[in-house]
Amino acid sequence: MSTSDYDSACLPDLLPLYYRRLFPYSQYYRWLSYGGVSKNYFQNREFSFTLKDDIYVRYQSFSTQNDLEKEMQKMNPYKIDIGAVYSHRPSQHNTVKSGTFQALEKELVFDIDMTDYDDVRSCCSAADICSKCWTLMTIAIRILDRALREDFGFQHLLWVYSGRRGVHCWVCDEAARKLSVAARSAVAEYLSLVKGGEETVKKVVLSDPIHPFISQSLVVVEHYFLQYAIVGQDLLGSKASVDKVLSLLPEDILHELLNTYQTEKNPMKRWEHLRTAVHQKRTTIKKGGQYFDKEIMLQYCYPRLDVNVSKGVNHLLKSPFSVHPKTGRISVPIDLKTLDKFDPFKVPTISLICEELDKPLTAEEAEEEVKDKENETESGERRKLRDYKQTSLAKYVKLFDQFLDAMARSRKGEMLKKSDLQKEF
Amino acid sequence: MLFSGRKKKVTLNQQNELYGHCLQFYCQPPLENISLTEFEAFAVDRLKLLKAVENLGVSYVKTTEQYKKKLYAEFSSLGFPHREEADDSSSSKNQTGPTECEKRRKDHISHFILRLAYCQTEDLRRWFIQQEMDLFRYRFNELHSKYKTEFLHKNNLKYDTISPDEKDNLKEQLISSSFGFSGTTVAEQDFYKVPFQDALDLVRTRKVYLKGGYAYIPHQDIVTIVLNDFRTRLSKALALTARSLPAVQSDERLQPLLNHLSHAYVGQDYSIQKNIGKVSLEQIDPLSAKSFPLCMRQLHKALRENHHLRHGGRMQYGLFLKGIGLTLDQALQFWRSEFIKGKVDADKFDKAYAYSIRHMFGKEGKRTDYTPYSCMKVILSNPPSQGDFHGCPFRHADPELLKQKLQSYKLSPGGIMQILDLVKGMHYQLACQKYFELTHNIDDAGFSLNHPNQYFMESQKLLGGGKEVKKEAEIPQKGQENTSSNDPSVPPSRQHNTTQAVDDMGDLDSYFLDE
Repeated sequence: MSTSDYDSACLPDLLPLYYRRLFPYSQYYRWLSYGGVSKNYFQNREFSFTLKDDIYVRYQSFSTQNDLEKEMQKMNPYKIDIGAVYSHRPSQHNTVKSGTFQALEKELVFDIDMTDYDDVRSCCSAADICSKCWTLMTIAIRILDRALREDFGFQHLLWVYSGRRGVHCWVCDEAARKLSVAARSAVAEYLSLVKGGEETVKKVVLSDPIHPFISQSLVVVEHYFLQYAIVGQDLLGSKASVDKVLSLLPEDILHELLNTYQTEKNPMKRWEHLRTAVHQKRTTIKKGGQYFDKEIMLQYCYPRLDVNVSKGVNHLLKSPFSVHPKTGRISVPIDLKTLDKFDPFKVPTISLICEELDKPLTAEEAEEEVKDKENETESGERRKLRDYKQTSLAKYVKLFDQFLDAMARSRKGEMLKKSDLQKEF
Repeated sequence: MLFSGRKKKVTLNQQNELYGHCLQFYCQPPLENISLTEFEAFAVDRLKLLKAVENLGVSYVKTTEQYKKKLYAEFSSLGFPHREEADDSSSSKNQTGPTECEKRRKDHISHFILRLAYCQTEDLRRWFIQQEMDLFRYRFNELHSKYKTEFLHKNNLKYDTISPDEKDNLKEQLISSSFGFSGTTVAEQDFYKVPFQDALDLVRTRKVYLKGGYAYIPHQDIVTIVLNDFRTRLSKALALTARSLPAVQSDERLQPLLNHLSHAYVGQDYSIQKNIGKVSLEQIDPLSAKSFPLCMRQLHKALRENHHLRHGGRMQYGLFLKGIGLTLDQALQFWRSEFIKGKVDADKFDKAYAYSIRHMFGKEGKRTDYTPYSCMKVILSNPPSQGDFHGCPFRHADPELLKQKLQSYKLSPGGIMQILDLVKGMHYQLACQKYFELTHNIDDAGFSLNHPNQYFMESQKLLGGGKEVKKEAEIPQKGQENTSSNDPSVPPSRQHNTTQAVDDMGDLDSYFLDE
């Protein structure tokens, strides 16, 4: 039962099954209601569906979980995007006076896409990924997760595999959902180090003093750099790649290294030489600020954010548990405890989990089946519950559950704190 | 006339209260009566000042001496307050111009008049807030520290400082978060702990230490938090003003004046075109070499080579093309023919890209007829990242690559040096203007460049295509923030209502109330 047997032609047949028996509606609804604290939070949320033949339907909204379920089972969207919470129900956006329909809140989101690393990976390009370059995503998650938690004080971060070539982060804290556009862009810029387009060669420039955020990020990059870049990407192996790295250095170091590299072919040793050369330069020039080796590491490994996605409150982002139509893989939450072991190729495809539904029941499950029959009233709900548990989707839904539980706990804590304050008052 | 004496006294007391400090937070609206002439004169002067702030902000780094010097000159010539001490009557006799107190009154009243003119749309509000903030930052920074403290005190601005223990624990991080800090400076300075949302400018540029959602701000950067307060209040006040605006607008003396003032901020927006359809698709290639500014030439080249442009590039280039006169049909044909040479087939193009092009022409979505990007917008917003070719080459390209490119376009080495010097001084628009002069073999372009479409039109004029591609000279509006203005020394014309100087404008007072 390999995951590679997904065929996009089968998608129209699989989607109805997925949406009828597997999609975790209750968790999904629980997530987007956020404990029902603010009124109409779920009801005013925009969803958008991509249907067959790239037909794009925006401004969908639903009043209940049941409503959402029915519509999804009717439309069987190829892809689901989540937008903002608006001032009115998005489905009625045409009926309110223009200008009053406004995006009010949304999770702070980040989108990291492997195509943005094309100039620094040698293994693949464009939409392709492999286990080698996936390390870049691991680095990105480690760096951003730390900064969002420690620097910005956010706690509820949902990291999701996009289904193809990248990852998304949903920061769900109340404070994050309420951030203004200006604040979102400031956060995104704080987190961006690699700057410049096709017309810029040197995309990372550090200056004294090195901000604690950058030092912390460097710790992460250094942890992976040798194995990933020098060994995996063979950064200092081929001539073309060496030239590219050296173009980031000033003339004198460049010439010195070109000489050394004529005799020294071992990539690891080459990197050592580069570091030594830079460090020597640093000690001779008192001015400081000679961080060429660090700049190279960052240019090659530091996360590249699509800032525009994070900035806009009304920007849409592919929903967790949506299917990627090209790969068939489900957009699943990523467990940071086992991040280094996360393998995008092992993420279940829609064809795999639909197949798993048909496998014979285990003894335990069969027993439950009997119980269900005895207790007819609850059987529908229980059946669905058991359905996904029977597939490889189960562990990801469980992860999602844990995330939701943690959020519920801190909501409860907040409320206790508030009521305590009131008593004092 | 009988009451004039009493009136004056009231004003004086009020003035002492209101104008005791050189800088104010504009919490109290002015309650006195002024003539319509003064109303307009004040408004126009403040508009000039704000435009000067905007222009200087583009040409100079805001903390440099040059910036301060130029802005100071504007302050003096337009008669706005700049002195920390309000002069008493004896010293005011020695000078011929208005007294310090009069200047402060002007500062106060003119600010509130422009609130009326600039509260109407999101774009206007954004522009106004931006300029007022720059103005405030400059004035606050210029204050002697004694007056800074006095200002904070007077306006009841209190911020939490961190304890010496906490400061000691975070010493290393605090030192490495600010430029030029040592252990002793950290020990000497107070640090304020505020939610990071209140210090976005410092967060954005990583000039502050962040921990657990709080920014630790050294006293020297306190202007950031004060400014944040200023912005919040102003933005709230503008929203409130907008709500009471219909009543003000019903006053037929004021309505045209206010409209005129608010329209004055944007320069030419190049969206209304008489020359629509005057450019054929075959002309684009030769035009791109002759008459396109470098940013558009670069985008055109990238499009021809890659048969694709990412969103930022499509917007910048697409709207420019619309501005030079491409019709929607031409635009669709142009983009489709190029994209299908690459990885996109015609079907995919129609599904994925045609929408955004119709959108650009105001045929989809909220049907805004988008205006071409100005230089300011290109330089300041949405910088290019991986895979992007948009932006301003003078701002966003490596100087070395820029040099090579200019060399390949056969510019003289001397000219290239001049351009690179301008780039180094961050005068990107002047660099582009120099590029214009060099490529058109003239000594002085004779205009002040602030829009890619202006570049195109000026070029066509010079090259003799002027008759066909004519400059549209009507009053622009809506569209973009940050459009660089025309020459700030040209005041908006005074055609409206100057003759009708009416003394009593009591009705207006209620609309200035902000909370």
